[in-house]
Amino acid sequence: MKQLLILSGKGGTGKTTVAGAFAALASDKVLADCDVDAADLHLILAPERVETHDFSALPKAKIDPVLCSGGGMCAEVCRFGGAQREAEGKYRIDQFVCEGCRVCVSVCPSGAISLPDRLAGQWFISTTRFGSLVHARLKPGEENSGKLVAQVRKAATELAEKEGKNLIIIDGPPGIGCPVIASLTGVDLVLAVTEPTVAGQHDLERLLKLSRHFNIDLQVVINKWDLAPGASDAIERYADREGTTVIGRIPFDAGLVEATAAGLPSVEGRRGPGAEAIVSLWEKVSHRLGV
Amino acid sequence: MQVAVASGKGGTGKTTVAVNLAYVLAQEMPVELLDCDVEEPNAHLFLHPTLNEMHEVKILVPEVERSRCRGCGRCAEACAFNAIAVLGDKALVFPELCHGCGGCVRVCPAQALREEPRRLGVIQSGSSGPVSFVQGRLDVGTPLVVPVVHAVKEQSREKVTILDAPPGTSCPVVATLTGSDYAILVTEPSPFGLNDLKLAVELVRELGIPHGVVLNRAGLGTEEVQEYCHHEGIPILLRIPFDRRFAETIAHGRLLVEDFPDWRGEFRALWDRVQGGLKV
Repeated sequence: MKQLLILSGKGGTGKTTVAGAFAALASDKVLADCDVDAADLHLILAPERVETHDFSALPKAKIDPVLCSGGGMCAEVCRFGGAQREAEGKYRIDQFVCEGCRVCVSVCPSGAISLPDRLAGQWFISTTRFGSLVHARLKPGEENSGKLVAQVRKAATELAEKEGKNLIIIDGPPGIGCPVIASLTGVDLVLAVTEPTVAGQHDLERLLKLSRHFNIDLQVVINKWDLAPGASDAIERYADREGTTVIGRIPFDAGLVEATAAGLPSVEGRRGPGAEAIVSLWEKVSHRLGV
Repeated sequence: MQVAVASGKGGTGKTTVAVNLAYVLAQEMPVELLDCDVEEPNAHLFLHPTLNEMHEVKILVPEVERSRCRGCGRCAEACAFNAIAVLGDKALVFPELCHGCGGCVRVCPAQALREEPRRLGVIQSGSSGPVSFVQGRLDVGTPLVVPVVHAVKEQSREKVTILDAPPGTSCPVVATLTGSDYAILVTEPSPFGLNDLKLAVELVRELGIPHGVVLNRAGLGTEEVQEYCHHEGIPILLRIPFDRRFAETIAHGRLLVEDFPDWRGEFRALWDRVQGGLKV
């Protein structure tokens, strides 16, 4: 089974537009949306939920104000500044700051601190007219530790095995931190969607370093390349120097914007120059993956 | 006063708004820009600051003194992050998973754990003309983002602070927004922009931060974002139309307010609307 991950470093370069189009072009695959705190792939795949599962995050500490004797041991040991003294001399844990390390629980002399189970999000298995989709929703403000991403990938892998599919297409999160690293480990190919801007290239450079760090093949596609042809050429030269390849260029095409606005993959219906470029990109990507 | 520029969706124009606003305000008051998107810091590409100070962000991570470790496994039990395991008869630390809470050191009965600093990234500061500038850069391959965001915010010195937030709505965004007096939420008129704006609004409401919306690439796409804002009573602070010339300016790392001086007034007016929306 092969796994293709679509990343960008910088947000908003067109990951989901490309992933949605690939969903329509590829056969025999399972889809996974690993951008769990701003998931958008469902907006163009019109999924019907088949399964809903709760996702529990690492429990955070809570102080029972009745039991709290105000000794302040929790505040002394907490390295994250999570325990705060209230007006009445009692302590309270800031739920947005607490990392769930449990050190305060172990030092509290009054046994006032507990770690209640907490619902941090949900993940879903859905059907779409392009195949099964595993996706998730992290509650806003929750810790995106990569655990929900790992859960989505595990479910997608099991589903692909069960359905006898030979490919998983993963829409990834922006950045290079926790959730990206959780999306990246063990995939066969990263397709990096960039744009011809100074920020697009800067973030691509950091993403390429990350994929090297984990020893994973990365190929580049430049979206909206014709908005700045000179900058696109510069990205191509950069890729050459770094021993990777720009395997596609997608022109700016209002048709792609309209397809997204209509909630459809851009390669369905009448294909403009943007959609044509994505079709030929898919040919190259699928060839490289050997699917 | 701290004003954070955030968005659920990436690539909507957070950095564009943050750098142009900071530049315009700096003409009349001391302003600092803190780039809290430490995974992919981009504000420097537009402000071209001179960075003359740098320090490393570190957390304390345990190291095992093998001669002392008895392999009792208390450290592994205490670790909430699965960053320690006992393999064979000795504890083994996975430093990239460690949050640096110090819990393992407390429970070790053999004093076999010693804490050593581990680098997560760097904080760089300096200035760009009249704008004071601070950014964090997470080391590539490091998953732990939040301590670097906190370290950026610790450098805050000025009365007026513009924070350029990371995309999304999870912990690095919370770390950026906490303590802010106002959140400017930048979005675009697409179904993705709307979906992710709703998530961002949910977050700032939970944090109790006054907020308004900047609609970027206005005119391209759908009306849904404006309808949503109207329905929810969220002010639209500024509309930036889609314009290929703007795209080119941004692509080359220039400021809109430099290439299009008319826009200085627009960003100044944005600031007035932010002031008007503050909690009194």
